Amino acid sequence: MENPEQLIRKGVHHDGLKQGAVKAVLGGMAWGVVVVALLIFGRIFWDGAPVLLKPDFPFVDTSFLTEKTETLHIFDDASGTRHSLPASQYHQWAEKNGSDAVFNETSYSYSGGGIAGPIVGTALLTLLSIVLALFFGVSAAIYLSEYAKDGRFIRLVRLAILNLAGVPSIVFGLFGFAVFVLAAPVFTDVPSDRTLFALPLGFTWLSFQGWNSSLIAGSATLACMILPVIITASEESLKAVPQGFREASLALGATRWHTIRKCVLPFALPGILTSSILSLARAAGETAPIMFTVAVAAKDDFPWQGTTGPLGMLQSQVQALPYHIYTLAARIPTSDYTQRAQYGSVFVFLLMIFLFSAVSITLRNRVRSKLKW
Amino acid sequence: MVSDSPAPAVPEIAIDQLCFSYGAKQVLHEVTLDIPSREITAFIGPSGCGKSTLLRCFNRINDRIPGAKVTGGAIRIAGIDIARPDLDLQVLRRRVGMVFQKWNPFPKSIFDNVAYGLRVHGEKNTKVIGERVEYCLRRVALWDDVKDRLKASAFGLSGGQQQRLCIARTIATKPDIILMDEPCSALDPLSTLKIEELLLELKNDYTIVIVTHNLAQANRCADKTAFFYLGKLIEHGPTVKIFSNPDVQQTESYVSGAFG
Repeated sequence: MENPEQLIRKGVHHDGLKQGAVKAVLGGMAWGVVVVALLIFGRIFWDGAPVLLKPDFPFVDTSFLTEKTETLHIFDDASGTRHSLPASQYHQWAEKNGSDAVFNETSYSYSGGGIAGPIVGTALLTLLSIVLALFFGVSAAIYLSEYAKDGRFIRLVRLAILNLAGVPSIVFGLFGFAVFVLAAPVFTDVPSDRTLFALPLGFTWLSFQGWNSSLIAGSATLACMILPVIITASEESLKAVPQGFREASLALGATRWHTIRKCVLPFALPGILTSSILSLARAAGETAPIMFTVAVAAKDDFPWQGTTGPLGMLQSQVQALPYHIYTLAARIPTSDYTQRAQYGSVFVFLLMIFLFSAVSITLRNRVRSKLKW
Repeated sequence: MVSDSPAPAVPEIAIDQLCFSYGAKQVLHEVTLDIPSREITAFIGPSGCGKSTLLRCFNRINDRIPGAKVTGGAIRIAGIDIARPDLDLQVLRRRVGMVFQKWNPFPKSIFDNVAYGLRVHGEKNTKVIGERVEYCLRRVALWDDVKDRLKASAFGLSGGQQQRLCIARTIATKPDIILMDEPCSALDPLSTLKIEELLLELKNDYTIVIVTHNLAQANRCADKTAFFYLGKLIEHGPTVKIFSNPDVQQTESYVSGAFG
């Protein structure tokens, strides 16, 4: 080697400084995200946790989870003590002491009591929409991956699915309103005035009059929204199952459908469940699709009350946590008395999504641990 | 094709002027060959010569490959044209079993792997299934190794054991013909030896067609050998003749290792 002294660096090491600076900037960005996340979760935890937790045994204040939403009344009594009571207790108090004992009264809608209604509504909506989406999505994915021959039509279908994934959720909300709420077919003996089209079947009518604002309309809308993700991910998981399993099964004389049922679908299940975990959180969290199709700000009874059977429940409107949070944030003035409901709801909502995900991930891991290749 | 009848006069598999294409690419050119019953027939030839394709025609597993089709000629198994529209494909595949190059047990237990074919064909009696599974595992000399862990995953077995499990899975449905697509190409010499011993034992009951790249293996096991080159059947006959005194110069060059 000639001039080996060139290997030794002379003077200040500018390049090393530059490398260090680049690393610091990029690292700062990454840690910045963590700080923002911590700030958000910290604030919610700080203000929300006290609503649910208490310092003495059993450490959880279940009344916020089990009571219905009520209007909160703030007033002074004759001695000047300030009271803050939900509507039902307020009426009892007023009855006992007479309404002329109430001074300086203000009331905040939806801020009293608990959030049992929204919790139940969100749980039902999420469950129903994920069941619907898995049924239709996995069926479509099986067709695309196992049956369809690659051609122009199938490419068009795939393009449509990908585009559907990019449609804003408010558009799904309007779509659900136009189709499920106003135009979906129902069997009825007396078609409504606003039916689009009623088909006489002799013993009854098939009337295109929509499902109204109801649990089933909202779930169907949410299912449409998460369908593209479920189809795409399910198709990928099905394709990841080795061809050897299919050939071995077919070579043993199994039919195509038997092979799919016994040798493809079970082994694709972990992947399908992973995609549905992501969709689950999204279905639980979206506000726009349920605004016009199912959600109400206030409701006195649970979806199964005042209806007949599971079919009746599907036709009832429900409260939902994301919509409840929107209502609390946008429709009522913020004050010290409303913070409990606002931050409490958000805190419970996050806990609920965390719980959903934890259950799904456990389920997926249990399925996955049985399969290794 | 009843197992304990004497070998019939008709060849087990009769290939008549078979032409086969993947899309526009013709891979088999007018192959005519008779495969005798209860013997081992080896297909040899360099990669891409169409020997695996021909093997995969016998149970019509090529049907699932887009663009693959028979463009001329016919295959008759025990006298029946397997391209007939009224052929029961499920029964054909039960009677013509297949073992693949890469061992492919299902991610299920050892027992469920062997029982799969039986359950496919509607067997529900657990006693019958249990007996058949034991018989098949004994037949492939795997029973003593696995009898205490039948419920364990098949993936815990070694490569050679997994391939023998796949053979057990294949014979569970009582086939008459077993097709083997390079069953030992990914196995070590000792496992290969065990499989070869198994083949010699199995040929008493089954007609075996084996595709192999291993010339020594064909020489050791096969009764008949067919040499393919560029989609054409060049020469076929008794193994001894093909390896010691072939009629065609190309066969001579291939079996002596001059090309391939």
